[in-house]
Amino acid sequence: MLPENLKENAVAASLEQADSDLLLGGNTDHNELTLDVVPEKILGALQTLKGQRFERLSTVTVVDRYPMEPRFEVVYHLQSVSRNLYVRLKCRISGEKPEIDSATAVYAAANWYEREAWDLFGVVFKNHPNLTRIMMPDFWEGHPLRRDYPVHGYKYSYQSE
Amino acid sequence: MNETLTPAATTEKSQHTRRMTLNMGPQHPSTHGVLRVLLELEGETVLKCTPDIGFLHTGIEKQCEALNWQQVITLTDRVDYLANLSNNLCYSLAVEKLLEMEIPPKAQWMRVLLCELTRINSHLVWLGTHALDIGAMTVFFLCFREREDILRLFEMFSGQRLMTSYIRVGGLALDPPRGWEKRVKTFMDTLPSRVDEYESLLNSNPIWLKRTKGVGRLPVEEMLEIGMTGPCIRAAGIPMDARKMMPYSSYDKFNFEVPTSTDNDVYARYAVRVAEIRESIKIVNQAMAGMPEGPVQASAPHVVLPEREKMKTQMESLIYHFKIVTEGFSVPAGEVFQVIESPRGELGYYVVSDGTAKPLRVHMRTPSFGNLQALPNLIEDRMLADAIAIMGSLDFVLGDCDR
Repeated sequence: MLPENLKENAVAASLEQADSDLLLGGNTDHNELTLDVVPEKILGALQTLKGQRFERLSTVTVVDRYPMEPRFEVVYHLQSVSRNLYVRLKCRISGEKPEIDSATAVYAAANWYEREAWDLFGVVFKNHPNLTRIMMPDFWEGHPLRRDYPVHGYKYSYQSE
Repeated sequence: MNETLTPAATTEKSQHTRRMTLNMGPQHPSTHGVLRVLLELEGETVLKCTPDIGFLHTGIEKQCEALNWQQVITLTDRVDYLANLSNNLCYSLAVEKLLEMEIPPKAQWMRVLLCELTRINSHLVWLGTHALDIGAMTVFFLCFREREDILRLFEMFSGQRLMTSYIRVGGLALDPPRGWEKRVKTFMDTLPSRVDEYESLLNSNPIWLKRTKGVGRLPVEEMLEIGMTGPCIRAAGIPMDARKMMPYSSYDKFNFEVPTSTDNDVYARYAVRVAEIRESIKIVNQAMAGMPEGPVQASAPHVVLPEREKMKTQMESLIYHFKIVTEGFSVPAGEVFQVIESPRGELGYYVVSDGTAKPLRVHMRTPSFGNLQALPNLIEDRMLADAIAIMGSLDFVLGDCDR
């Protein structure tokens, strides 16, 4: 459902028009458009926006709201160069089984960003061409950017040295 | 070990060709840091290119979550070690947006001036090392001569040559030092002739032209889709520049051009960057001429540290000082994606606050990461020697890429 304050917004209205069950809410805090998207329909949302001259995906990242549930927010920033606009899409997914469709089918740029998100947060991007670790070494266990992962890691303790 | 990154003992012999896997890096001089690239070659043609990054991953985003808002500034320096002030600025702008803080004009002007000096610095290092990769050694020495002057200026402002941390949330760390105008002006007066000198060494150099003209082309739609930004995309004809598109820190009050080219090759990227140095000189001169008077820090006692003198004579200042130093300041809950134009392209800080004294999440959308992702598209099916020129033209910094 489109909230009242976004009825005037062209980007939000066009997404609502494409699929009326796609949006969960949104806001324009700090003059930045944020739209909450149903996680299962993220590909549809990206496809619709790409059709509206949002030529590039700026970044994909994850915010961990541990211990809240749904725990992870997958955040997409899209830019339209010709319309000079940014839009932020947000999908909330559970911490039990964090899964979402990969955006690589729509934007090639999502490839490394999703690998990074998987590496550091453990969010699985379904149908990603090569979902392997990118920042951490291949043998690494765990996902370091999760809020319940200690800043100094598990392996070392300076006290015991 | 990840399958795709293991060098295979490839000697698939067909009639005349023999495939070879070449492991380039992580300690190769022309990778400008620690980038490992696996190249599958047939003769001298690159068939497949697999970049392997992460050697410089230092968990900066994780560390940000353990520090308070102002302390994070020191980490932003270490993200892109050639554009420290751009990173300082982007983070500060993001937090100031969350705090809804007004920055005094003098601080904004100084920020513009320093960021343009940073851009000149970064482009000089790029030009020197890129030319060195291709074989023009003199340019390297000349560029580093001027770069040294800029680093001395940074040292004069902040006490540090590289890790400046000079732009802070709420303004600048310190008042600019006495006599800075003269030093900057002296440097700015000499720089244009120095840029002519580099151009005279390269623009008509037949080796340089042969190595760069027509090399490294990619359709512009593909470049946009794969996430390339900055001088690379401007050399492909798209005038995409955050300073013009969504002006920050009073860039809208400055008069400058966004250099573009439509050749979309390594030479065009060089030409665009040199033109950007000249535009930056223009901006610095305008900032010097129109520098407003006034304070360089916002009047926000709960965020900005009080003056030393006031702290010792006034009770409130002492209390604020104590609170800021011991527990930091809290930032209202919310999220912001602040984009600026760093020397390498679109630099974005996505900052999320939950209303406490430490960030919930700081994500850096760094230009090197986006540009490097296009490397396979740019060098596959091309000659190995061109790979070096193309890599140089992307101007990535591995610290910026791996964070």
